[in-house]
Amino acid sequence: MDKKIDQEQVRKVARLSRLELTEAEVEEFTGQLGAILEYVEKMNELNTDGVEPLAHCLAVSNVFREDIVEESLGTERALANAPQQDGEFFRVPKILDGGSGA
Amino acid sequence: MGGPVEHKVIVGLEIHVQLCTRSKMFCGCAVEFGAEPNSRVCPVCLGMPGVLPVMNRQAFEYAVLAALALNCEIARFTKWDRKGYYYPDLPKNYQISQYDMPLSANGFIEIPVGGGGTKRIRIIRAHLEEDAGKNVHSTGGFSQVDLNRTGTPLLEIVTEPDINSGAEAKALAVELQRIVRYLGVSEGDMQKGHMRFEPNINLIVTRDGTEYRTPIVEIKNLNSFRALERGIDYEEQRQLDEFLETGQVMESGNKTTRGWDDERQMTVLQREKEEAHDYRYFPEPDLVPVELAEGRLNEIASRLCELPISRQVRYVKEFGLSEYDAGVLTGERATAEFFDRAVESGGEAKRVCNLLTQTGLKIANERGCGIGDLGFSPKGVAELAAMVEAGDVSATASAQILEAMVETGKEPRVLAEELSLLQKSDAGELEAVVEQVLAENRQAVEDVTAGGKKSKKAMGFLLGQVMQKTRGQANPKVVSQILAAKLGGG
Repeated sequence: MDKKIDQEQVRKVARLSRLELTEAEVEEFTGQLGAILEYVEKMNELNTDGVEPLAHCLAVSNVFREDIVEESLGTERALANAPQQDGEFFRVPKILDGGSGA
Repeated sequence: MGGPVEHKVIVGLEIHVQLCTRSKMFCGCAVEFGAEPNSRVCPVCLGMPGVLPVMNRQAFEYAVLAALALNCEIARFTKWDRKGYYYPDLPKNYQISQYDMPLSANGFIEIPVGGGGTKRIRIIRAHLEEDAGKNVHSTGGFSQVDLNRTGTPLLEIVTEPDINSGAEAKALAVELQRIVRYLGVSEGDMQKGHMRFEPNINLIVTRDGTEYRTPIVEIKNLNSFRALERGIDYEEQRQLDEFLETGQVMESGNKTTRGWDDERQMTVLQREKEEAHDYRYFPEPDLVPVELAEGRLNEIASRLCELPISRQVRYVKEFGLSEYDAGVLTGERATAEFFDRAVESGGEAKRVCNLLTQTGLKIANERGCGIGDLGFSPKGVAELAAMVEAGDVSATASAQILEAMVETGKEPRVLAEELSLLQKSDAGELEAVVEQVLAENRQAVEDVTAGGKKSKKAMGFLLGQVMQKTRGQANPKVVSQILAAKLGGG
């Protein structure tokens, strides 16, 4: 049976997730992720003809809140856990490209 | 090579519109421009572990209302997805957005083009998502992040590449701004970044009967109408020059991203990581889907109003107003509705238009308020327009009366009397004055009856005498008629 995931894919996913993995970890996770994918593969044995794709695992919809302002944390508490901050802003390593992608 | 070259610019727009909810999309933090940095944040929008986002009902309904106005099909079932995102201004490391089941699709927007016509730009989809925060680039070796904006509801609108010039893109942007303001779903304030544009631009170049397509360029994050128009115009020329020089054509993967440098008025290539567009969407497990019942959809649809472009066309067709005046009146919904009510109250459309555009809006602008906040009613303006129409007051005097209506809140007829601005149009009364003037100015009368060059001037002189005797309160039109009847001709 083909490997579900190879080390190159694991490295790519780690890069996208900004995770730094050691070579030993790459090997370890490749095995673990492969096992998970193989396990999930079992579901392909089921006949799903005529079954609607599921958008969410709960049979619940329309959970809303009203547009009411609630109290925020405030700057001091918001920044309290930040590794680097200056009392007003979070400080992060300099962003070199466009900066925001949203 | 050689041969004459023709080209056409092809533009599709991606637009983000900030919806004017009080609180954020998925938490109760206030949406507030200019607040102290990182003061409007909570565990949900800070992306802390173990928190649960909950949808803002108002944001969803605003989005549906805007999508309806953009003639979109509204999905009766819609869901949320996570979009991989690795910038510090969205600390969850993903943006909650909509991927394969957006809340609306397949719409269009009509934009005004020259000569009173309109052009239809198709809309691929409009969906809801959350905004990112702001990265502040300081001079040190670090960046500062303010997360107050993180989680603000945005409507993302994606058009088909139906736009063929910078001017058309600008017209679309202006029209969209009018629409969202009309509907009250966004303040559409460009200064506050409520509308951001990302045009995708390329050219179809025709040379020697062959069509070539230039590589697509996306300009990021344009936040003014002018930058949008100029950015596209600049790219049009730049891509043409580049094609003529290199002959490079569009291929999969050679799309590039550029930024607009407002100071140098040019676009600049932005380097992007190869994986920047590897979004790895997957369904958002923390949010349940939305099912929109028929009744609810109808209820939202009932909040639609006549849109600015159709109103503008109607004012030109129905009332014979100029393009320009119709555009001014439909600029704001409150102004257009005020105008409509004044016309419904019996005001002649052109007179009402003149009063509102030449005097009313001027005062409103000076005071920084709407036309409806000036203390006069549509009925009062209609009455004033009727007085001008009947010749009871002159057009000049009517502006003065409207100003006085703002100051005093009194009715136009009362003010016309108080300010002695009523014109005498009563023929019997004016006839006596005319008789007197004729008796006192025999020479002028002779000049008129003699005809020729002097006649016209003498007639003007007599009219002036009558106006003087009535202290300017005679209706010049009526006086002219009486003079003409008495002296023949005129």
